[in-house]
Order: sequence, then structure tokens, then C-alpha cells
Amino acid sequence: MPNSSPRGLPDASQDSDASPPGTRPSLPELLRRGDPAERHRPWPRATVDASLWLTASEVLAAGGSSLLALWGEPSGVQLSFHDAATGEAGVMSLSCPEGRFPSVGGRHPPALRLERAIHDLFGLTAEESPDSRPWLDHGAWEIRFPLGKASPSSGPTAYPFLPAQGEELHQVPVGPVHAGIIEPGHFRFTAAGETVVRLEERLGYVHRGVEGLLRGAEVEHAAQLAARISGDTTAAYSSAFAQAVEAAADVEAPPLAHWLRALCVEIERVANHLGDIGAICNDAAFARMHAFCAIFREKMLRAADGCFGHRLMMDQIVPGGIRTVPSGEALRRLRGISEEIAGSLPEILHVYETTPSLQDRVVGTGVLPRALASQYACGGVVGRASGRLFDARCHLAYPPYASLRFSVPVREEGDVDARISIRLREIEQSLGLIQQISDGLPEGPASRPLRQERVVPGEGVALVEGFRGDIFAWVRLDERARVERCHFRDPSWFQWPLLEAAIHGNIIADFPLCNKSFNCSYSGHDL
Amino acid sequence: MTSDPSRASSSPRPRRPTLFGLIGSDLTEPPPPVEEAIVRDLCLRVEEGARYRLGRSLALRLVDAGSCNGCELELHALQNPFYDLERFGLRFVASPRHADVLLVSGTVTRNMREALERTYHAIPDPKWVVAVGDCAVTGGLFSESYACVGPARAVVPVDLTIPGCPPRPQALLAGLLALLESMGKARRA
Repeated sequence: MPNSSPRGLPDASQDSDASPPGTRPSLPELLRRGDPAERHRPWPRATVDASLWLTASEVLAAGGSSLLALWGEPSGVQLSFHDAATGEAGVMSLSCPEGRFPSVGGRHPPALRLERAIHDLFGLTAEESPDSRPWLDHGAWEIRFPLGKASPSSGPTAYPFLPAQGEELHQVPVGPVHAGIIEPGHFRFTAAGETVVRLEERLGYVHRGVEGLLRGAEVEHAAQLAARISGDTTAAYSSAFAQAVEAAADVEAPPLAHWLRALCVEIERVANHLGDIGAICNDAAFARMHAFCAIFREKMLRAADGCFGHRLMMDQIVPGGIRTVPSGEALRRLRGISEEIAGSLPEILHVYETTPSLQDRVVGTGVLPRALASQYACGGVVGRASGRLFDARCHLAYPPYASLRFSVPVREEGDVDARISIRLREIEQSLGLIQQISDGLPEGPASRPLRQERVVPGEGVALVEGFRGDIFAWVRLDERARVERCHFRDPSWFQWPLLEAAIHGNIIADFPLCNKSFNCSYSGHDL
Repeated sequence: MTSDPSRASSSPRPRRPTLFGLIGSDLTEPPPPVEEAIVRDLCLRVEEGARYRLGRSLALRLVDAGSCNGCELELHALQNPFYDLERFGLRFVASPRHADVLLVSGTVTRNMREALERTYHAIPDPKWVVAVGDCAVTGGLFSESYACVGPARAVVPVDLTIPGCPPRPQALLAGLLALLESMGKARRA
């Protein structure tokens, strides 16, 4: 593909559908040429033909816009994008009566694993894809294509890992069962001595078939499933699902619900970032930081328990609102803990920055180049540590964040050190948000019941910034307000492949540092 | 939005790192009570010789067989200074060959079934299996899926269950201490 220069600001010609020859139309323009869907909120959705689909993949490959999600339906495929120049987002649908669609991944590699998953689940083939190996289907299910035209499985087959050639290379297979208390996945290292020349991941071990269980589920049951897609991000997942359902049903949750949802998600961010900082330092033989961060993490979880009756705040955020309004006393305790952590942050930063053994391990280790972070639309800490400034709380803002003051830290280095220091700064920002939210909670009800009967079927989409990055949720409700189809895309889909790039040229012993500094989800990815 | 490429902080620096100095000495909490009924039940399962050999110490190995990572977070918490698992002689080990107890979390997925079985067989006898969390105990919300086998007992024999979604660290500790108690009692008998 030809390389294009970075996109400039939109000019008048881009508003017209007929782009001048030699310039590419933008994705929002392509979407306007399709057949628009009614009742898809808040972004537009349109059905396009194969040639518009193909053009869209070329536009994605040219850079400047982000692939947010790509997923299957029994009868076709859907693609969601965010156009950085205009700030617009949308969803494109392509129907596949022949069971095939033009591969996006062939032009835009971030789509490759998504297309492999689409094939495994729906039996739809990405034409001319350079990688047609299975991804989630390990041959252990009794059926193939469980969400499409299901057929009996023919059992497991050998999985061909990508080759690496050279003298004195050796392979180190790791997993799916790892040494610690970690989720399962397989890593295949090829090393020359200590240096990693190739890492290939094989995931899908914790595929539970969540999308299959969501089909036809009552909204309340579906919310419980959504809360358990990735237990460490339960608040953000529940928030994404709730927002998507509310958009589909065209109802607005009350302001207090929005504020308390943000409170949950920010508590979750602080707790997880604290855990990650400690765990990374522990892998660099600096257990003191681990113990120290673990104490603050525990205090934060106890404060969350006091506020919402559950340490991880599971099942608190539901479509229509939020279940529990914290008592004044619980909020005061939360404020107290937040102040205590905020007061200790300078010292954590000082110890981190002035411990030579620690700095020696993290600075310059596992560098993720900015170009890759931007190509993969890599969200969260990982993207922002490699210079990609994107945060769904600002760039596709949802309430209550427009009413709150916070900044989004960015670093350019892309190494383990940058990912730690972004986390430290994000903790500071989230603690500020927790204070603002607990001070400024609006009056009024905490939830608004959803209609259960005779609703107009609709579709909704949401993008919520969890601690790993932006979580995408899409839902279609039927006439009885049940979930007809639902899709989630974990931020890890666009981070896992980059871990393979970041470890390249590093020694195997630094893999735990690289891996923990990414902290990708297995269960959220495998779904 | 700000971009802050500089690593240096302008705030005044303390003269030396004092992370330890900020931590009070009273964090670690007393152990939770252990249910007698569970201990009695476990005693019946444990062979006399095994109790003598193992004494009051158990090595734990976790396999996430399809968990959402919620149970893992709370198992991690057991190692923080509030719960301090190791003071009871309980510790997590990296290899199943070093383990006495297999903890299983999550509804067992079809893709993890073989790995779980192989881990179980890699643990030397005598061994115990603890199902951690609602998914491993009952299959939870995911049992009916094409991608799942079911609860842990559908694949390996389970000696103890610790329900909860996820179980609180106190509940995890109480369950694991029940295992230890069952051995201690048998030795005195």
C-alpha cells in the first residue's frame, strides 16, 4: 500500500461525497454513501457494498483513522471506526450472502486476528487474507461456527506457528498454564541465545462463548454476563454495556447514575494501576514497591466495598442506572483513602525514579514504536506511553466527563518506564476525579427503569475508557427489549499483537516486565 | 489535555527513600474463623500418612480454567500485608510438581480442559483440589455455553469449594485454613 502523509484538517472538499481524484474519501464520507440504518445511536450505521467496504479498508490502511471494532453477524460483518480528523465515529455493515467478504486485514493488519475470530465463530471467510489460521477455535468445541451455520467439529488439528529461520535458534514454549496467578495463554518464543527474535501468541484458551450466551438474553441477565467478561474491568464493561443498551432503547440514565458510574470506573482504574505498578516493580526484583502498592490497592478495594457493597463493584452498574448510592460516611472514607494515596504519590515516584536497579531494568526496555501504536489504534496506557493521544473520556466524551477537570498524560518513549510513569500520572488524575465526583454528586434518582414490553427495536453503541483503554460495546435489542445480538471488543485486541513487536530484540528475562507493563486481558480478549 | 514528556519532578525530594516508614506495623489482620463442619469433612479425606508428611504447610498452584480474572485478583490480595498468606504456611508455587493443592478458578472451558487435566496429573500424591469461586463451584453463568465443559468437578475430583463471585479474601483464607486445620487435627488424633 502507498504511504500517505498524515491527514490535515478537513477542508471544504471533504464535505462533498465526490472526492477529487487522487485523494481518498474519509470514512464518514464513505458511510454517507451507504444505506443508513434507522435507530442506531448515538453514531450512524449504514450498509455498504463490497466496493465501499474495500475502499474503507484502504482508508484505514492509509492511516489517520482508527479501527474500533470488526465483528461478525450471522448474515454479514460490521466495522466500526473513529475518524481522528473530524472526530466522527460510525459503523459500517456488509452483508455476506456467499459467506465471504473482502479482507480488511490484508490491507490493515490490526484486523487480522479479528477476521480469524469472525471465521471461527460465524464461518464467514475473509477473502485473500494473508492469515487464515484459526484463532479462538482450537478444535475442542463440539461444533464449528457456533454463532453462524453450525456444523460438527472435526477435532483438533496441529497449529502452525509462524516460522523463524537462522542458525542456533531455539524455541521456548510457555503456557497456557503460567507460573503465577495469571490467566492462561500460550507464548512461543524463538530466541538466539537470550535475545528474542520472534514471539508469537496463541490465545483463546478462556473463550467462554459469551456472545453466544448473550443472544436472546434478558437485559438483566446480559448485564451480569457483561460484568464478567473481564472481572478486573467489571465496572467499565458494565458501564459500556449499560450505555449501549440505553442508546439502543433511546433512554437516558439520570445524571446521578452517570456520576456514580464514573466514580466506579475511576476507583477501578486507580486500584488496577496500583496493582500493575507494584507487579512490574516486583518483576524487576523490587518487592518493596509491590508490597506498598498492594496496601493502597487493598485500601481502595475496601473503600469501594464500603461504597457499593462489593470490592470490585461487580453488578453495580446496570442498564438504566446504578444499584447502590454510597452513604455519606462511605464517601468520606473513600475521600480519605484517595487523599492518603495522593499524598504518597510523590514519594512512590521518587523511589521509583531514584532506584538504579529498577531504572536499569525499565528504561529502554520493550519499546513500542509510535507508528505501530497509531496503526493499531492502540488504546489506554500502552498507546499513550507511545505518543498516541486518545482517551474515550475526551475524544468521544460521554457524561459526566465533560463536567470534570482532568488531563490525559502522554509520553513518547514507549518503553516499560513510560508505561509505568503514565500509570502513576493517571492515578493522580483519577484520584482528582474521585474527589470531584464525590464532592459534586448531583441530586435525583440513581436509575430509570427500562421498558420491557412493546419497544421499538434499536441498536446502540458505546465506547468507555477502562483502565486498559477503550472498551467497545454494540447491542441490538428486539421488540421485547431482549438482547438480539451483542458484541464487545476489549482494548487488548489491539495491544496483544504489539507486545510481539515490543519484545523483539529484548532478552527473554525481560518478557515479564514487558508483559506486565502491557497487562493485556485474556478473558476480555478470548470472550 | 497535557503532554508531559519530562520525567523530572520539580517537587521537593525527601533525602532518602522512606517507603517502609509510611507503613504502620498494624496492618496484618487476625485469621478468619474456620468452619468445623468443613474441617471434619476434610479430615475424612486425608490419609493419615499424608498428614504426617505434609505437616502444617501447603504449596498451592492455581489454574485459571476459564475465569474472568476476578478470582485471580482476590487470590493475589491474599499475599498482601493485610492477609499475609505465608504466615500460615501457605504459599503459591510456580510448578505443579511442587504443589500439594490445586486451586481451580472459572468455568472449565473446552479449550482449557486438557491443560487442567495435565496440571492435575503433574501434581504428586497426596493432593487436594479446591474449586475457587462460583464459576468453578457450580459452572456459574457460563456452563451452558458450547465453549464450556462445566464446573471444576466435571474434570477433576474436588475436595473443597469456596463460593463467591469472586470470594472475598477472608473467605478464601477461611477455606484454605480449613484444609490446614484438617491436617493438624488428624496428626493430634
